[in-house]
Order: sequence, then C-alpha cells, then structure tokens
Amino acid sequence: MFDFLIEKAIVFLPLIAAIITGFADKRLGDRNAQLLTSGTMVLAALLSVWLFVQVGLNHKDAYVVPLFTWFASGDFAASWALRIDTLTAVMLVVVTVVSSIVHIYSAGYMADDKSIPRFQAYLSLFTFAMLMLVTADNLIQLFFGWEGVGLSSYLLIGFWYHKPSANAAAMKAFIVNRVGDFGFALGIFGAFLLTGSVAFSGETGVLEIARHVDADNPLPGILGMSFDTSIIVVTALLFMGAMGKSAQFLLHTWLPDAMEGPTPVSALIHAATMVTAGVFMVARLSPLFELAPLVLDFVTVIGALTAIFAATVGLTQFDIKRVIAYSTCSQLGYMFFAAGVGAYDAAVFHLMTHAFFKALLFLGAGSVIHAMHHEQDMRKMGGIWRKVPVTYAYMWIGSLALAGIGIPFLFGPAGFGFAGFYSKDAILEAAHAAHTLTGNFAFWAGITAAFLTAFYSGRLIFLTFHGETRADKHTFDHAHESPLVMVGPLVILAIGAVLAGGVAYPWFMEGGHHGYGDAGKHMKQATDGATFWAGSVVKDHDLIDKMHASAAWVKILPLVMAVSGLGLSAIFYLLMPNVPKQIAKTFAPIDIFFRRKWFFDEIYDFLFVRPIQSFGRFLWKAGDGSIIDRFGPNGVAGASQLLARFFSSMQTGYIYHYGFVMVAGLVAIITLFLFGSGFAGQLLSGGN
Amino acid sequence: MNSNFSDIAVILPELLLAVMGMALLIWGAFRGNRDFHVITLTAAALMFAAAAVAIVSPTGGGFNNLFVNDAFSRFCKVVIFGAGGVSALMAVTFSSDTFRRFEMPVLMIYAATGLSIMVSAQDLMTVYLGIELSSLSAYVLAAMRRDNLRASEAGLKYFILGALSSVILLYGMSLVYGYTGGTSFEAVAAGIGGDASFGLIIGLVFLIAGLAFKISAAPFHMWTPDVYQGAPTPITAFLATASKMGAFALVIRVMMEPFADITAEWRQIVILLAIVSMVWGSLAAMWQTNIKRMMAYSSIGHMGFALVGVAAGSEAGVTGCLVYLATYVVMNLGAFALILSMKRAGRPVESITDLAGLSRNRLPMALALLVVFFSMAGIPPLAGFFGKFLVFTAAVEAGFWWLAVIGLVTSVLSAFYYIRIIKIAFFDEPTDDGEFDAADVSLRAVYGLSAVFLLLFIAFVRFVVDWASASASVFA
Repeated sequence: MFDFLIEKAIVFLPLIAAIITGFADKRLGDRNAQLLTSGTMVLAALLSVWLFVQVGLNHKDAYVVPLFTWFASGDFAASWALRIDTLTAVMLVVVTVVSSIVHIYSAGYMADDKSIPRFQAYLSLFTFAMLMLVTADNLIQLFFGWEGVGLSSYLLIGFWYHKPSANAAAMKAFIVNRVGDFGFALGIFGAFLLTGSVAFSGETGVLEIARHVDADNPLPGILGMSFDTSIIVVTALLFMGAMGKSAQFLLHTWLPDAMEGPTPVSALIHAATMVTAGVFMVARLSPLFELAPLVLDFVTVIGALTAIFAATVGLTQFDIKRVIAYSTCSQLGYMFFAAGVGAYDAAVFHLMTHAFFKALLFLGAGSVIHAMHHEQDMRKMGGIWRKVPVTYAYMWIGSLALAGIGIPFLFGPAGFGFAGFYSKDAILEAAHAAHTLTGNFAFWAGITAAFLTAFYSGRLIFLTFHGETRADKHTFDHAHESPLVMVGPLVILAIGAVLAGGVAYPWFMEGGHHGYGDAGKHMKQATDGATFWAGSVVKDHDLIDKMHASAAWVKILPLVMAVSGLGLSAIFYLLMPNVPKQIAKTFAPIDIFFRRKWFFDEIYDFLFVRPIQSFGRFLWKAGDGSIIDRFGPNGVAGASQLLARFFSSMQTGYIYHYGFVMVAGLVAIITLFLFGSGFAGQLLSGGN
Repeated sequence: MNSNFSDIAVILPELLLAVMGMALLIWGAFRGNRDFHVITLTAAALMFAAAAVAIVSPTGGGFNNLFVNDAFSRFCKVVIFGAGGVSALMAVTFSSDTFRRFEMPVLMIYAATGLSIMVSAQDLMTVYLGIELSSLSAYVLAAMRRDNLRASEAGLKYFILGALSSVILLYGMSLVYGYTGGTSFEAVAAGIGGDASFGLIIGLVFLIAGLAFKISAAPFHMWTPDVYQGAPTPITAFLATASKMGAFALVIRVMMEPFADITAEWRQIVILLAIVSMVWGSLAAMWQTNIKRMMAYSSIGHMGFALVGVAAGSEAGVTGCLVYLATYVVMNLGAFALILSMKRAGRPVESITDLAGLSRNRLPMALALLVVFFSMAGIPPLAGFFGKFLVFTAAVEAGFWWLAVIGLVTSVLSAFYYIRIIKIAFFDEPTDDGEFDAADVSLRAVYGLSAVFLLLFIAFVRFVVDWASASASVFA
C-alpha cells in the first residue's frame, strides 16, 4: 500500500482534492478551495518532474505500479495499475505543470465567480482523469480516463450553465466525442479479440504481441477477416477515437464551440492536455499502428488536412479564443501527420512544446479578456499594448513559438530558436524524409499551414494590441494589467515556450544508426534501455537518419514561411489596415467559405442533426408516447389504480364479509383440487 | 410419562418466560399499574434473556416427542424473543396517564411463549396448544384499550375471526388424524406413506387455511388492517413481527416435516396463497391514508413473498424464508418505532401525510425512515433486498420462475407506496401542524439501530445466511 507512494500521490492527490473540494463546496470557502486544489496540484507537478528525471533522464526501466484487480472474467482480466515509462513521464510533466499553472491562474481569472470551489473541483477532477489516462496500463483504464476527461470537459465547458450557448457547446462536445468514442470502444474490443489481451505491459500484453508480429508470424484474423484486414479495421477504429478527442478533420466541430468554457479551461483542456490524448494514444499504441501502413497513411492525410483546414479558418475569425482554438486544431494535425509518417517521437515532442506555448497563448488571451471586461472580439480591441505590457510580451513569446521562429544550423544541426521551431521542424523534416506520397502531401500542407499559422498569429497580435483602439472609451480607459496571481505563473510557461524545444530536442529526437554501430541496424522495433524513449514509443531509426540528411532547404523553408507570414500580417494589419477588408471583398466567396468554417456546421446540421432529431421526435411521440407509455407504464399504472381501489373497497369493516371471504377462499382452494386437473392445476404442480 | 431433566432442558426458554411471567403477574397484582414501567422493562429484559437462553439451549426432543429444540427452532426463537423484547421496550413509552396496564407486558410474555412452543412443535396437539396460547394472549392485547371504540372493535373482530380460523384448523387436524392415524409429525408422515388420499388433502387444505390466518396470508387476511389500526401500536408491532415469525416458522415446519412427501400437493395451495397475498398486499396498500393500515397490507405482501420461498419446498427456500423473515422483523420494528415517534403535542398521529416535511424538521428520523422503507421495497444494498433475492432464487431453482416473475412485478408495485412515504417525508412541504415531539430515547434507539442494521446488513449477510442455512438443514 505504501510502496510507489510518489506515483500514487501524483495520480490520486488531484482526486482527493477534487472530492474534498467538490463535496465541501461552499462550506470550504473560496480561498481554501483554491489553496487545496492548487497546493496538491503543485505537489503533484514537482513529483512528476522528479519522476521524469528518474525515468527519462536517468534511464530507469519502465515499470508498473499495481493498484488492484478491476475485474477478472475467464481469460479477460483488467487491473488498475500505473504504467510508468518515458512516454507517461513526459505526459505527467505536461499535464501536472500546465494544470498547476491553470489552477493558480484561475484564482485570479475566476475571482468574481460565484462557484469557485466547484470550478476548482472540476479542474482537479479533470486532471485526475487525464493522469489516469496517461498512466493506464491497459486499454480499459485508458478508456476510463478517456471518458473521465470527456466528462470533466463537458462539465467545464458548461460551467456557466445559465448560458444557453455554453450548454449547447457542452452537449456538442460530448456528442461529437461520442461518435469517436464509439469507434474507440469497438477498436478496444477488436484489439482484445485480435491479441487476447487488453493489457499494455508484459509478454502477453497488446504492445509486446504487436512487436513480435510480422509477415512471417501473423496472428489469426478476427471475424473471418485476414490478419491484415483485421489490424486495419482495429487501428482505424482506434484512430476514430483519437479523431474525436483530438478534434481532427470531420470530428473537429466541437472544439471551437468549446471556447464557451472559462478561458483557463480552454488553456488546460482544449489546448494543452485533453485534446492531445488522441496523439498520446496513437503513440502509446504505436507498435499496433505500425502493423497497418494503410491506416498510418490515413492518419497522415487526416492530420495534414486538419493542419491546413484549421489554419485557413483561423485566418478569418475575430473571436480571440476561436483563433487560438483553430490554431490548436491545426497544430494537432501536425502531431498526427508526424505520427502517420512514423515519427511518434516528433509527435510527442510537438505535443510537449505545444502545451507550453499554447497554454501561454490561451492564458495570455484570458488576461486580455480580463483586462477588456470580458470582451473577446478582436474588432473591439486594439492599441492596448502599453496598458498590458506583461501580457503583451507573453503573447509575443507564445506567438513566436507557435510560428516556429528560429535560425536553422545555428549552434548545431538542430538550429536555435523558440520551442515550436524545433518540434515543428522535426515534424516537417520527418514528413519530407518519409518519401511517401502521403508524406509529401503532409509536408507541403505543413509548409502552407506554417505560413498561415504565422499570419494569423501576427494578425492576432496586431489586431489586439496595436493600431487605433476600437474599444469603447470606458473599456479602454479601464483596461489594466491582470493581477500577479494570473501573470506570475505564466513565467513558467513562457520559459517553456522559449527553452523547452532546445533543451528537450536531444532527448526526444535522439536516435538514428549513428552512434549505435552495427547493433543499431535493426533497431526499428527494438527496445534499448539506455535511451530516452526506452522503447515506450516505436522509433524509426531509418527515418531519423533520413531526417538528419535532409536537404538544407527543407530546414530553411519553414522559417521563410513563418517570417513571411508574420511580415505579411504586419503589413496588412499594422501598416495598411484597409487592405484585409479589400481582399475579403474581392475574394468574398473564399472569405465566406473560410469564415463559415467550410460550412461544416451547416452540412452536419443538414446531414445528421436534423434527420436524427426528427427521427428521435418520431420515436418519442409515436413510438414511446402513444404505444409504449400508453399501454406500458401508464396502462399498468392505470390498471393498478383501479385494482387497488377494488381491493381497498373489499375491506368493508363488516365482520361477516371478512368471514365470508375466508370461507370462500377455503372453498375455492378445495374446488381447485376437486376439478384441478386443468391448466391451472398443472401449472401449480409443475416445476421439479 | 416421566419428565426427566432432558425434558426440562429443551424447554428452558419457555420455562423461564412462563415462570417469570407469573411472577410479574403477581407483582402487578400487588403493586398495580404504578409499576407499569418497571414491569414492562423487566418483561423486555426477560425476553432478551430468553433469546440468549434460546441460543445456548441444548437441542433434542422431549416430552415423548411432542416437542423439539433444534437449529431451526433456535433461530426462530431468537427472532421471536428479540422482536418481543423490542416491542415491550416500545410499550414502555406508549403508556400515558389514561392508559397504563401492567397486564400488557405479561400477556406479551405469554404470547411469546405460545409462539415459541409453536416453532418447536412435533405434534399437532403441541401446535394447537401453542397457537391458542399465543392467540388468546394476542386477542386480549389487541383489545387492551377497552375505552377506545376502535381498539374494542379490533379485538372483537380478531377474536371472532380467530375463533373461525381455529375451527378450520381443528377440523383440518382431525381429518389429518383420521386419514393417517396419528397426531405426531412422525406418525402423520408414516401414515401418508408417499401417497395422498383425497380426504387427507382436504384436511391439509383446512390446516393450511388455519395457519394462513395466523400469518395473514390472503384471502385469510381480512382481520389484519382493522386489528393493526385499532390495536395499540406496540401491540401492532408485536403482532407484525414476533407473531408473524412464529406462525410462519410453524407453516415451514408443518409443510417440511409431516407433509414432506406430498410437497407437490401442498405446494399448489402455498403458491396460490403467495400469489394472492403478493398481489393483494401490493395493490390494496396504495390508497391507504393511515400508516398503520398501510403497514398491515405491507405485511400481507411480505408474507406472500416469504411464501414463495416455502413454495420452492427446498432447503434453499427455507433458508431464504428465514433470512427474509429476520430482515422483515427488523424492518417492521424500525417502522413501528418510527410510527410511535409520530406524535404532536403528546397525541399520536397516524396519517401518512403527517410525515410531510419530516426531513426538514427531524432529519435523523427522516433518514432512518428512508433506510427502513427503501429496505422494505427491496432496494439493494439494503437488507430487504437479500431476503427477496434468496426466496426468488430458490423459486427459480425449483422451476417456478414464473412465480418469481410475479413476485418481481408485485415487488415493483409495492415499491410505489414505500417510496411514496419517502417522497412525502423528503419532498413535500411541511404542514402547518408543526413538527413532531422529540421522540423518546428508546424509540430513537430502536429505529436508529434498525436502520444501521439494514444499512450494514451487506457486511454480515454471509453470517446470517450461513446461520439460516444451518437452521434449514434440519429439513434435509
């Protein structure tokens, strides 16, 4: 019970805080709720960093902390356990650090709210679910965490439940995720059928089995399909879950609407952690996905499409949070196509750096919103940079990191720059180095998206902070820098957004055959305890070699795109503010197409929402109401009432009536015996 | 007939109660009603002592096989004496300036003694002796408040209908004697010899009908609502718990011992009684406004559910019955303690709607009520669930799955009026009549302990089931 106390503390401290805060609620008091939840979170974050050093840097072997058996039924067993390896350790650090900062930041941002304990409890509950997800040692626990974060996301998006739009957004997030989760659940069933296990660790675990499968030793297929088809079906279904949770193209529609939630929520859940669960899951199951090249191609294409699609929409939005939301969507696309070409390490690398700079951007945007009295429309901002200098600096750091600004080849092959520079370049190099059709598509999509990303980042900064103010005089005059409790913790994120890439690059992107000698030649799916990843994700060393050998233009082109994107946005929004309107007018169809988010909401509304709604209404009114309710519950209830009145009326109070009933009952029973050879008699004497 | 020491040993609990009951009677005769409290408390203590003696009393037969003390009777006696003791405790608080009679605890002791003799009977003679001892005491108990019109009416009805049922019972016994040539269970079983003549079956029907009156199984239940409502509430509690336990145990013993070879015949009667009781009990309770009347229909329904276990005709069925009855007794004691606590300005109120707003005025009482009535409705993980589960499982194993289905459906119907009480207590606006008086500490202890027992039953369910199962193994 007391061994592995640190690992258990990391996961369960947030749960304990959530339970205490959630149930004590108002009795605990706002300040105590904030102190309790933030304190436990910070402690969990410190422990996570320690664990990361142990596992990731000191190369402690991966291990499993058993908690207890969940259920065991025949061959099927699932346990609650914490799997600690490098991938988990990275995620633990990302989740707990960002969560701690968001917990503290919320104390300032939510200061005027009436339900602070509830908010803090939800945040901690979310963090617990996310930690369950990343430490899962089997697919079932992963699914538990998966659904847990979905639930907390629902609760937090709808936190201001008196706003109809927040309720609608919460439901939309939940329902769209349900589509993905349906596939995910089927995928888990399929993986179990295929491998006979849902566990990750151990010789009989899904991952180990997948590592030993190749063309010579296939597993038996499932449901009458060959193994090749089976693995495609299973991984495609699993990826469907990832598409929903990570808001990928086709299942992305919930993410922008989720911005209805308080801004700290957007930073924590809808930027840094929950939405990356899909990427984490694909990385965790990378040995399985490696068996299905077709699905990996699909992953690549979906990722690339998302990257470019979301960036185009981001160009045209005016709500500051929605711009960042689409940006998140787009960056998740990068991560997926990195995974699709086999660079899981690069995907998780970008996940990590993105968590820092995107949380920074969101919280910075929250600071702006706070300063502008809850105004989110960038058309009503402008010219406030002198009033909120710290926030302004943060937003620049975040934007430069997002745009991937850095100088290639400076101080070594990786170059030198902001965090996003390293991870995004690694992804683009990997896509290029893959030399596949889909890889090339992803590369060019990524390059285009890099330009768009830099452009909308610049647009956001210039519209918000520069130029003549478009805010009303009162708001502008009262615009003020946020309190220390909000801007203080952001320093950590800002440092991460600047340094995380450079520091972590050698760890995350190590590998290749150089330095491993002959033994490294077939290391594609080998596990080597002495490396950072230590086999927790599949490393394609051939790909890393090719990345290192990429042509110089591959490394320079993203920077060119980023700089020109920023430059163009400066011209458009700083120097010639009328040009964007002119362009929008000239290319009105394209502008509307982007602004209306490629009409996804409208198309889904027409294709799914309305037909399902009217079908549901039909089932409700015609099926349930006039058939089942009428003859079922209501009918039975009506009949029971009549009978009950009848039985009650039998109790007349006259003693001769009572005596008569007794004697009549006696006679009836005897009669039954006398003439009881019929149906009733047989029924009663039946049985065995 | 030589009574030796072993004869005395097997009737130790009964002997204790009979002798001490007479002592209390003399005490009361000299001191009058002034010592009501002390006498009643002593009576309660005596019954708890008898329960303790019953646990350790030696097993074996006695009095030329008229009487037996075995695992089954021990289980039942513990429950009977325990329930009797708690009822006596509740009677202490019931006394008022206008009503205080020392005969009440004494008669409760004799009624309990009669019940105890019933569950140990090995002969139809012993059966009749036990039934009459307990019934005659019960008639007087029900009519104890002579100045109260309703109580007198209840006592009179109970007596007349009870006499009718005794007639039926005796006629049945004489037929059984006539067709088997014996009155002892052994002789009856030998006389049947595996084949039932028609005359014997008629006798069996009469016998069961007579016993059904005692457990108030429909259609022999008509006295129940009137008596429950009219009798003083502690007496109602006694009739609903100890009396039912004793009479039901007797039903089990008579069915499983002398008539074990013609299970197929008596099972038909028991199933009929079970179905009619379950349906009648569930439906008629719905429109009751008086909570004691509602409890009467509730116990009719409960008897129907327990009869399902008898109908299974197996050891598992008997085990289920015993667990069902034990939890039923605890639930009813809790419920009647709650009903006794329903007092405004010193006057008891009995209308269900009087409970409105209870949760706001007296939350602990409301919580106990919640547990007791959820348990009555059979909601897991409360105790009431396990009894139902065991009897229905036994019925399904015996092949009577359709009987279990009827049981489940009626159990859902009955949940309506149990949960309605909870709804009224928790969600209805309080009336203007004000809150209840603070309940006496003994009543609070009874309903509190009852609720805790029902709540924690799941923790020691294994122990109770093992004990019941060991008791049921007598009929293997």
